[in-house]
Amino acid sequence: MAGGDDLKLLGAWASPFVTRVKLALNFKGLSFEDVEEDLSNKSELLLSSNPVHKKVPVLVHNGKPICESVIIVQYIDEAFAGIGPALLPSDPYERAIARFWAAYVDDKLVAPWVQSLRAKTEEEKSEGLKQTFAAVETLEGALRECSKGEGYFGGETVGLVDISLGSLLSWLNATEVISGTKIFDPVKTPLLAAWMERFSKLDAAKAALPEVDRVVEFAKKRQAQAAAAAAASETK
Amino acid sequence: MAAKPDLKLLGMSVSPFVIRVRMALHMKGVSHEYIEQDLFNKSELLLESSPVEKKVPVLIHDGKPVCDSPAIVQYIDEVWAATGPPILPADPYERAVARFWTAYVDDKLFPAYVGTAKAATEEERTQQINEMFAVMGQLEEAFAQCSNGKAFFAGDSIGNLDIAVGCNLLLLEVLRSMYGVEFVDTGRTPLLAAWAKRFGETDAAREVVPDVHVAVEYAKKRQAYWAAAAATK
Repeated sequence: MAGGDDLKLLGAWASPFVTRVKLALNFKGLSFEDVEEDLSNKSELLLSSNPVHKKVPVLVHNGKPICESVIIVQYIDEAFAGIGPALLPSDPYERAIARFWAAYVDDKLVAPWVQSLRAKTEEEKSEGLKQTFAAVETLEGALRECSKGEGYFGGETVGLVDISLGSLLSWLNATEVISGTKIFDPVKTPLLAAWMERFSKLDAAKAALPEVDRVVEFAKKRQAQAAAAAAASETK
Repeated sequence: MAAKPDLKLLGMSVSPFVIRVRMALHMKGVSHEYIEQDLFNKSELLLESSPVEKKVPVLIHDGKPVCDSPAIVQYIDEVWAATGPPILPADPYERAVARFWTAYVDDKLFPAYVGTAKAATEEERTQQINEMFAVMGQLEEAFAQCSNGKAFFAGDSIGNLDIAVGCNLLLLEVLRSMYGVEFVDTGRTPLLAAWAKRFGETDAAREVVPDVHVAVEYAKKRQAYWAAAAATK
């Protein structure tokens, strides 16, 4: 790696958005300092690096902060264009398609799924899951089109959409452990189920994705805290 | 000599996302066929070209559709890189900053506009209006940082962030017209107010942005549609 490239990732181990940046850095073969933030007690560095949203991930490159996971991934691809594989295709049309699906993953899959995980009522939960599954079905079609018979959304090699979706794998597995629900059902969405297997075997993915057991514990703890808070507010 | 490109833009004249794309095409001087869509009665062409979102804008180049205004603007910038000024800056860090603020505008400004127009109670509307003021305050700071004392977000002439913010000025005028609230205020956001005036005088803005009364008419039609939908629940 070029001398003088100082890369710090301000993150939180459980966040799939942080995992997304780790994946990009790993696929590019870039070394970085992994700084774990305590989100209940945010550091000065985080607050000054992301004053608008005060969120992780933030990539600090030679002292300059870059925020928002999809923007960070594109930054990594462009700033380190000569190093490792390209994360976006070279053809402008294919790049536009990749950008479209990356945005779709966050807006249509992650958003309702998070809603279902945080839902306070059964109705909210099932509505969130319904939208999540609808998005998964659409992504199955997207994978078929984008992969062109190869293994990834990026074709033969991993790209922006693979990284965006791949960052969710530990949480997808954790959801299956906790609730028995397979979000990428091998019967309904065989391509996605196969893709998930294939992606999780990659060295870069293994190094970036948090351990499923740890995520399960974390999720259960959060659910218990939410339930306790709800119960406490009801007994006032 | 290059033949005229086979380029169609499916749009709706007062949509900020459509205005954004039209400004990008204008910056690059790319000729295209503009096809106005009726969003209350979507065409076959729109539904085929944007099967996932069924929204405008859609750019159809040589028969291939590109959807999502940020993706479309970057596509235009890349395909016509050799023509006209660059839309996004060349430096990767500056590109990241431009993309950050574009995402901010899309995530916060447009929803606050819709929220204000859609609000069922005065309380809700006030909340949304306050949200909008917070957004404008943030953009005032962004302008100070990005412009470095120059006339536009991008410097001496307009760029990606100017069109991303500028395409929403029409909506702010709609809210002023309908609710009497001034969001681009020389008192509160002096830099933005001065920039908005300059932006409105650019060729791109004059060519592409419709009159506020057209936008107000559309907003009222949309409000009636929401009211009818709510009544039938």
